[in-house]
Amino acid sequence: MLTALGTAPFFLYVAVFLLLPIGVLGVEAFRATDPVTFEETWSTDSITTITGGVYRRAYLGSLQLSLITAVLSAVLGLALAVAILRARRGLLLRRLVLTASGVLANFGGIPLAFAFIATIGSQGVVTAMLQDTLGIGLGGFSLYSMTGLALVYLYFLVPLMVLTIIPALEALRPQWREAADNLGASGWQYWRHVGGPVLLPPVLGATMLLFASAFAAYATAKALVGSSVPLVTLQIADALSSNVVVGAENLGKALALGMVVVVGLVMAFYAWVQRRTQRWLA
Amino acid sequence: MTALAEGIAGAGGVAPETPARPGRRGGGAWRFAVLGLLGLYFLVPIAASVWFTVRNRGTGEFTAEHYTGIPGADGFAESFTRSLVLAGLTVLIALALMVPTVVLVDLRLPRLRTTVELLTLMPLVVPPIALVVGVRSVLSWAPDYFLDTWLAEAFFAIQEPDLPWILVFAYVVLALPFVYRALDSGVRGADLRTLTEAARNLGASWPRVLVSVVLPVLRTSVLNAAFLTLALVLGEFTFANILGFETFPTWILRISGSAPQLSVAVSVLSLVVTWMLLLMISALDRRRGTKESA
Repeated sequence: MLTALGTAPFFLYVAVFLLLPIGVLGVEAFRATDPVTFEETWSTDSITTITGGVYRRAYLGSLQLSLITAVLSAVLGLALAVAILRARRGLLLRRLVLTASGVLANFGGIPLAFAFIATIGSQGVVTAMLQDTLGIGLGGFSLYSMTGLALVYLYFLVPLMVLTIIPALEALRPQWREAADNLGASGWQYWRHVGGPVLLPPVLGATMLLFASAFAAYATAKALVGSSVPLVTLQIADALSSNVVVGAENLGKALALGMVVVVGLVMAFYAWVQRRTQRWLA
Repeated sequence: MTALAEGIAGAGGVAPETPARPGRRGGGAWRFAVLGLLGLYFLVPIAASVWFTVRNRGTGEFTAEHYTGIPGADGFAESFTRSLVLAGLTVLIALALMVPTVVLVDLRLPRLRTTVELLTLMPLVVPPIALVVGVRSVLSWAPDYFLDTWLAEAFFAIQEPDLPWILVFAYVVLALPFVYRALDSGVRGADLRTLTEAARNLGASWPRVLVSVVLPVLRTSVLNAAFLTLALVLGEFTFANILGFETFPTWILRISGSAPQLSVAVSVLSLVVTWMLLLMISALDRRRGTKESA
């Protein structure tokens, strides 16, 4: 009993600083402030507002951006992870890539945004170079757009994939490959019947994590596009900083609650897929 | 869920080299293509940023003034020091909270493992911006409901702009996944049960066991956890921006309009310095490993 008390600080901390704020969102998103009397009432106004118009577009924009970047980075990150694991004298390479991934995946979006502005922004070095040599600049491409954002997102999502998937790749025993080789399997057959099925659950899990990370990304978008691209995170920031519209605060809470719900649905889907693949593996 | 968590604490860890397979020489081309292409993608922005900051666009001359000018830049010292202090406090609180919890769960309360694991993973999937909106709502209770009580005083005290404790408390939550994973892998790697039982049999008290046995065993994991937390806090933008505090990243954004080259210089420098530190820790990790196996 006394030992169980030892974990009390942890549970208390999580309850106050993680569960309470999320719970508050779930309640206060359904409150509305009367613009005249400033009285608080129960209402689904905010919830109705966020399912239409500019907010609906923002959700769809965020979903689209995070789905595309998550899948793309999962593929690229997996390829990169396999490539550095298979490198023959790859210890130095591996350490360089792993530590760099740790920095890029965890350090946050602001420095990355500025590195890209300096490279392919309107005054960027590469932009200027292409302009001087070919006279076309970047063509129709703009860093300050959805496509531009996607390009920057890959810069922290691919490293996140590498970090997440390397342990799963290391768990693939060389003996399995040898056994498959000895039985005359081709490389394709090995991946189709052995490597692929074993890797599928962790790859799905990692893709989920990438999706959640891209969906929640705020710093990069804020630094790059302000609020000219429809994204939920930017809309939330807008709603909170607006002191003109009464009830904007509640709108922000509803938008935030919507994000939690979206992530929750994706998690539930992931758990379902995970159960199915595990049953199939067993 | 566990697959999701796998390896997020892996940064800086180095696994033994897998033996090279002889005889399979074909199929290497795609590897070089992948490494080359992604290498280019990751190196060009860094190289271009350096070029952007050292070369004067008008005269074409080279200068290091944007780097030498960083320490004296308006607001840099304050915001960077603030971020460092926040990071230090976050590391301390996160470790004080998680080391006993992880050790207790591993040694005495394995039933709680799943719950603790799930709770520590939540910050990975709950969007920080949603969490900060919730935190803001809670903070607004102080003027709305608790005015003139000690609770309101406490609420205002943790929002002091010079040292916003609320950021520390929130960053501990954001760091939970990394700290838990790093400590958990450290605890599992060492046979902590035998070691603590030996210490207890020799008459050591529990606090003594924690300080003299557990912490030394977990040294590398603690270092790893501390470092990842440091990087996380130094780069964190969402909470600071939404709650309106100036930290290192929000400062970079603020000056970018008036001093674009300075903001790029600071960005590149912070990335490279963090990378160097992580490389050093990873090297340290391996030296310890070889010493122990020898």
